[in-house]
Amino acid sequence: MKRVYPNREYCIGCHLCELACITAHSESGDLIIAYTQEREAAGLSPCKKIFQKGSECVAISCRHCDDPSCVAACISGALHKDPETGETVYDRGKCVGCWSCLMACPYGAIRRHPVESKIVKCDLCRGREEGPACVQACPNQALKYEDRDE
Amino acid sequence: MKYVLIGNGVATIGAIEGIRKHDRQGRIVAIGSEASAPYGRPLISYLLAGKISPDQLALRPDEFYRKSDVELRLGTTVSAIDCAARTVTTSTGEKIDYDRLLVSTGGKPFTPPIRGADGPDVYNFTNLDHAQTMISLAKDIQKAVVVGGGLIGLKAAESLFDRGVEVSILELSPRILSLAFDANAARLAARRLDEVGLSVHCGVTAQHIDRDAAGRVRGVKCTDGTYIPTEIVVIAIGVVPNTDLAEAAGLRVDRGIVVDDLMRTSDENVFAAGDVAQAKDLLHDENRVVPIWTNAYSQGYCAGKNMASRATPYIGGLAMNSISFYGLPTISVGTVNPPEGEEGYDVEASLDERKQTYRKLVFHDNRLVGYVLVGDIDQAGLYTSFIKFQLNLTPEMRQSLSQGHPDVLLWPDRFFDDTWNPNWVDKD
Repeated sequence: MKRVYPNREYCIGCHLCELACITAHSESGDLIIAYTQEREAAGLSPCKKIFQKGSECVAISCRHCDDPSCVAACISGALHKDPETGETVYDRGKCVGCWSCLMACPYGAIRRHPVESKIVKCDLCRGREEGPACVQACPNQALKYEDRDE
Repeated sequence: MKYVLIGNGVATIGAIEGIRKHDRQGRIVAIGSEASAPYGRPLISYLLAGKISPDQLALRPDEFYRKSDVELRLGTTVSAIDCAARTVTTSTGEKIDYDRLLVSTGGKPFTPPIRGADGPDVYNFTNLDHAQTMISLAKDIQKAVVVGGGLIGLKAAESLFDRGVEVSILELSPRILSLAFDANAARLAARRLDEVGLSVHCGVTAQHIDRDAAGRVRGVKCTDGTYIPTEIVVIAIGVVPNTDLAEAAGLRVDRGIVVDDLMRTSDENVFAAGDVAQAKDLLHDENRVVPIWTNAYSQGYCAGKNMASRATPYIGGLAMNSISFYGLPTISVGTVNPPEGEEGYDVEASLDERKQTYRKLVFHDNRLVGYVLVGDIDQAGLYTSFIKFQLNLTPEMRQSLSQGHPDVLLWPDRFFDDTWNPNWVDKD
């Protein structure tokens, strides 16, 4: 399956992927409204996390693992692996906010929603024609959306 | 190939998903003694608290079983396994044959000998029936005593309290959550419960359950001499492996059903997973029963793959719990209390009583082997990575962890690239 692969050698830590992510997941679909209003009012948060150590940066998000720890840990059935697409799918309605997935995911790819008892996790911009917004927004090709399965 | 799965828990879900990853054809029969398809067992406290409705309990939607081509046999109890004939017999006398069998019969509530415990008004809290019983009870009772201040006991207590019942918790240890937590974390959790109005009594347990002439519970006499009037007693000390079926079948049983690295029991066609299994542990060089949700799924999943003849070693269980007490989130993973008198352990802890946050990291021989987080839990997964991947720590890594900054960029470069950016080809 196609996944988002970050490259720490190219990432410049500009956070544009985060902005693209919140825009793609916003109600308005507008960067300015998403950033200035929806972030504050609705707790809109990016699925990306950016790490920086000295001059090195990387922007990570859910790896859609083959054998995901989050699915094993989920007590409510809110996380499951779609056997057809390979995606690790999150059903927000089923989530009870127990944070088991956040504890179990050794990639740090899950965050708490700042307002609701829900998680925020990459859905590969499901339904977005151009593919994941973060990849499209990356100015230095530090994010690639590719099928690298062997 | 015909697979038969005994058990109604998450290990069964794991097994179905593990089998179907490699075998789309074989027949799967899943037998559960409860009336419902596998549900989120920890959700029973959410149900009792009124936070979710019964239709939110199912771990997988109905179509999952149809799509995975699983024949679900609910409300059916297996009474015997015949390993030689490769059949199981149900309590109605029906024989079902198998090529590969999974035993995931889970745990059963542990009840210590307490005088007066036999009879009405004494309950456990480990399955949906128990939760439903308590939901109907809660309308009519004012007082409850919960015996056991571990995870199950506290969640039972909290949920009853949310239904308007006055609850007292008895915990024999000097502190609540003695297995999953250390003293600081337990104190923060106890304080939160206390602020809300739950009454926690540590260092005491029920000496005898007092009944009236009609045999109904009217109070609990505690080991310290106090008497707590109550209408019901909930015994929630924990669970022990439900090995009866396996023992009767002649499978090797120690504390739980002993399995090898492929989750196989002493019979080559029989596998075991979940709270009943005594399986490899990631941090300890011995098989253990670790009744933890995540392990149950992972063991079932691993067993499923192996049952479908895809040899997949189990990486080993890791104890982990995530639980919130009235909005105070807590997470504990791995070894949180270094075994007394053992060398090589080192602890770094940081407590902020005012903010009600706590972080404790346990190191052993240059590795992170456990942690506890209270309040601020957002970095949990990355701490888990250092334990799970058994990364050797440089002084720089160790310092960052101790300061509360676990970071993927602290991982060794090669490991980082293999994980995040494998098979990278610069095409441009």
